[in-house]
Amino acid sequence: MASVDGYDAVIGLEVHVQLGTESKMFTDAPYYFGAAPNELTNPVVMGMPGTLPVLNKRAIEKTIQVGLMLGCEIPQVSKWDRKHYYYPDMPKNYQISQYDQPLCLGGSVEIELDGPSRNVMGEHRRVSLTRIHLEEDVGKLTHVADGSLVDYNRAGAPLIEIVTEPDIFSPEEAFAFLTSLRNTLQNAGISDCDMEKGQMRCDANVSVKPVGTTKLGTKVELKNLNSISGVRNGLRYEIERQIRELKAGATIVQQTRRWDAEAGVTSLMRTKEEAQDYRYFPDPDLMPVRISEDWKSQLAEGLPELPFDRQRRYMADYSLPYTVTAVLCSNRQLSVFFEEAIRQHNNPLAIANLITNDLLRELGAASSGSEGEDGERRSLDSLGVSAVGVADLVAMVDKGVLSNQMAKEVLSGMIATGQSPEAVAEAKGLRQSSDSGEIEAICRQAMEENPKAVQEFLAGNEKSINAIKGRVMKATQGKANPTVVDQVLRKLLASG
Amino acid sequence: MNQDSLAYLPASKLARLLASGELTAVELSRAVLERAEQLNAQVNAFLGWDGDDLMAQAEASDKRRKADKALGFFDGIPVALKNNIAVKGSLLTCGSRMLESFVSPYDATVVERMKAAGMLVWGRLNMDEFAMGSSTETSYFGSTANPWDLTRTPGGSSGGSAAALAAGMSPMTLGSDTGGSIRQPAAFCGIYGLKPTYGRVSRYGLVAFASSLDQIGPFGHCVEDVARMMEVLCGVDPKDSSSYPAPVSPFHAELELALTGGRPMVLGLPVEYFKEDGLDPAVRRAMDEVVAYYKEMGWQIKDVSLPNSHLAVPTYYVIATAEASSNLARFDGIRYTHRSESASDAVDVYFKSRGEGFGEEVKRRIILGTFVLSSGYHDAYYLKAQQVRTLIRNDFSKAFEEVDLVLTPTTPSPAFVRGERITDPLQMYLNDIYTICPNLTGLPAISVPCGFASQNLPVGFQLIAPHFEEVRLLTAARAYEKGNDWHTRHPAL
Repeated sequence: MASVDGYDAVIGLEVHVQLGTESKMFTDAPYYFGAAPNELTNPVVMGMPGTLPVLNKRAIEKTIQVGLMLGCEIPQVSKWDRKHYYYPDMPKNYQISQYDQPLCLGGSVEIELDGPSRNVMGEHRRVSLTRIHLEEDVGKLTHVADGSLVDYNRAGAPLIEIVTEPDIFSPEEAFAFLTSLRNTLQNAGISDCDMEKGQMRCDANVSVKPVGTTKLGTKVELKNLNSISGVRNGLRYEIERQIRELKAGATIVQQTRRWDAEAGVTSLMRTKEEAQDYRYFPDPDLMPVRISEDWKSQLAEGLPELPFDRQRRYMADYSLPYTVTAVLCSNRQLSVFFEEAIRQHNNPLAIANLITNDLLRELGAASSGSEGEDGERRSLDSLGVSAVGVADLVAMVDKGVLSNQMAKEVLSGMIATGQSPEAVAEAKGLRQSSDSGEIEAICRQAMEENPKAVQEFLAGNEKSINAIKGRVMKATQGKANPTVVDQVLRKLLASG
Repeated sequence: MNQDSLAYLPASKLARLLASGELTAVELSRAVLERAEQLNAQVNAFLGWDGDDLMAQAEASDKRRKADKALGFFDGIPVALKNNIAVKGSLLTCGSRMLESFVSPYDATVVERMKAAGMLVWGRLNMDEFAMGSSTETSYFGSTANPWDLTRTPGGSSGGSAAALAAGMSPMTLGSDTGGSIRQPAAFCGIYGLKPTYGRVSRYGLVAFASSLDQIGPFGHCVEDVARMMEVLCGVDPKDSSSYPAPVSPFHAELELALTGGRPMVLGLPVEYFKEDGLDPAVRRAMDEVVAYYKEMGWQIKDVSLPNSHLAVPTYYVIATAEASSNLARFDGIRYTHRSESASDAVDVYFKSRGEGFGEEVKRRIILGTFVLSSGYHDAYYLKAQQVRTLIRNDFSKAFEEVDLVLTPTTPSPAFVRGERITDPLQMYLNDIYTICPNLTGLPAISVPCGFASQNLPVGFQLIAPHFEEVRLLTAARAYEKGNDWHTRHPAL
């Protein structure tokens, strides 16, 4: 627990995640990001009189899968309730949600805390969850000069709400929680979790209490935390604010505050007195869902390995360094790409290095700085390089056909043209010579042209060999295999 | 054939005339339109209709018939709908100012089914606002008259549907029933009205009043009309999660078979219902005659007890209003409803639009429903009401262990005078005392015309069957119909 100024913070998060289903939660209207306003609607989405909801089975399945991945209890029966409040972005003025019988109970998310250095794995622990329930998203309101505009595209999109216990104790842990949760959900194809697109949203409850005490302080709810760093920064500010208030002798009032990322402050939205009565009651239009053991095990079968499990396996089975596995396992696509490549050519370290260094650098260059601070990367697909291509490239280096330097050039060519490494190397005339007979002749000539370097080397100046090597490489236009050149030169020099 | 000779013919009789070529759908529709035009000023059963559209549908039907491609038994029969059932491109007002200019962008599932059967969907029938009422007097568009006595109410909330059929203005009409809204007006107007088992008929496109109680059902001049209409309406609907995949068979033929080949049935008389002081002597007399008729047929009449029936009305008014307060939340002045001209901001839009758009009775029920769901009262009212609902359901399950059907009056009294009870909501609510239980339990029930009180006012009795036993219900109704001619009498208009 990270104490600040004699106080400990206690944090609970409510994370909303849109499930990437083709259709909406209670109707067959399609849902995707980026459509023209109010295009993704139908009479059900608009809450037209007489319309009725029907359940999206895929959304229920995805929620159960999330629960299974996070070790939740999946009850046999789950039901649907109406939550009432008036807001123009809600077509029915009630939201179909789950009140007392959600799809998932309990569970936890494994998080990694900061290690002693960037190169060393930090401590891991599990953050407990209260529940996960499924509900429908609401529309989006935009305020303009002469009124407000409503876009109902998002209304009715399947949304899960993941509620944690007050089991997070610093802004950094909250950051780690969201990062881990996002990786886990992305990894399983549950959601893209893009916070900029509103696919993942987070509200935080935070309170502080004097170090060593057990009674929780009065909590404040933080809203408008629009990125994972926003959650961390908003919490940092709010914790300091609460401590400052308490030290000044004030008391914390239960309230909801809004984080302003630009100004870097939170401000009051409403106090508890204004809290709403949602008048929950079971939705008479929907029957409860019964979840059989068979259905559960069927859904469990489709689940991928969790990112942290995969990372531990990469470190154990392939002896990959922590930093490399951290990058590979931060993204499902990267790890799938990596595993496909090593099936083709068994050199995990070289392939992992090529992916995490060269390929991601190219990706960074291609997206010209659009990589968000939360590490959201452009898709590998956009580079047009296949895992097989990368495997073949590393294999060419391993066979001595290409030098490491040449390999980088070939990779650029692969990205530029979409061709195989063989074709790129061929077109660019990149192929290192490992013919020791041919290389020996060039080495002899280079030695003759550099008698001084030869003498110095024989006198014990090891570095002098580089001057001769430089000659050889220049004469071969860099195509001689440096390893072979080194071997040949040393043999010739030794034999005088 | 002229309009008057066609006016009171049952839909099944008309369908046979269409099939034999003695009548065309165009002739029938013209007659229906003429009569509706002639009588609606007095009766106010219809809020409106599109005559050109009806004639175009009739022509298409005749064309199909000529090409031997009729879509079903009722191809060419006009059917008018209570104005809480969505018809694409047509006003869907629910009798409310709130939806005065709302045009439905889609068809209800029952509308799709009727169109697929070749029926001519036309006319918007008057109703209590959002189906809340028992007299069609809470309609924003004026009340409807009972064709038997224009000073009296046709009942409600499907008063327009019952009055239109009883007055011969449409050979077939549909209503909706949440607490008796089909059966009570059927009894008041001397016709048949059936509330199907909850889940039998899709609710998709029926503007919800109380979702766990609402069902669409038909009115008819005879049992065959009702049975055949049920064949068109029933069936599971993927758009309605509460619809149930019960088999749909030729009900009209099955009931005749059951009547000739079946055993005598046992009818249960709930002792509690006949203790009521509020039961009108004329209704009591009519019930005695119904009992005597069935006994004479060799059927058995047995006393049964429904010990929790005195709790039905309060239970109903908690559950129905709770659901209504939620269902009607969407009418907010933001999208397609009435919007107040004088609203200054978003919150003001809600308050003023709802204040202006809803009538007194609707507001009363929204307030009541909001109260019973509110934090701190939810358990004492809503939860308790759901528990009582289970007790009432158990009462009926127990009764059905001993009897095939439960027999009750449909209403405590014949049609009352318009304006007489509208100022006394409690008195109005007690009208539903016999009809509410089938909604709370989901059981199917029918109102059968069984005589007249003084002043030529129709009286009806109600039969209640176990879930999905509509054929049993119709068989008993048909057994009565065979030996009585009440249903063949019509108002002098």
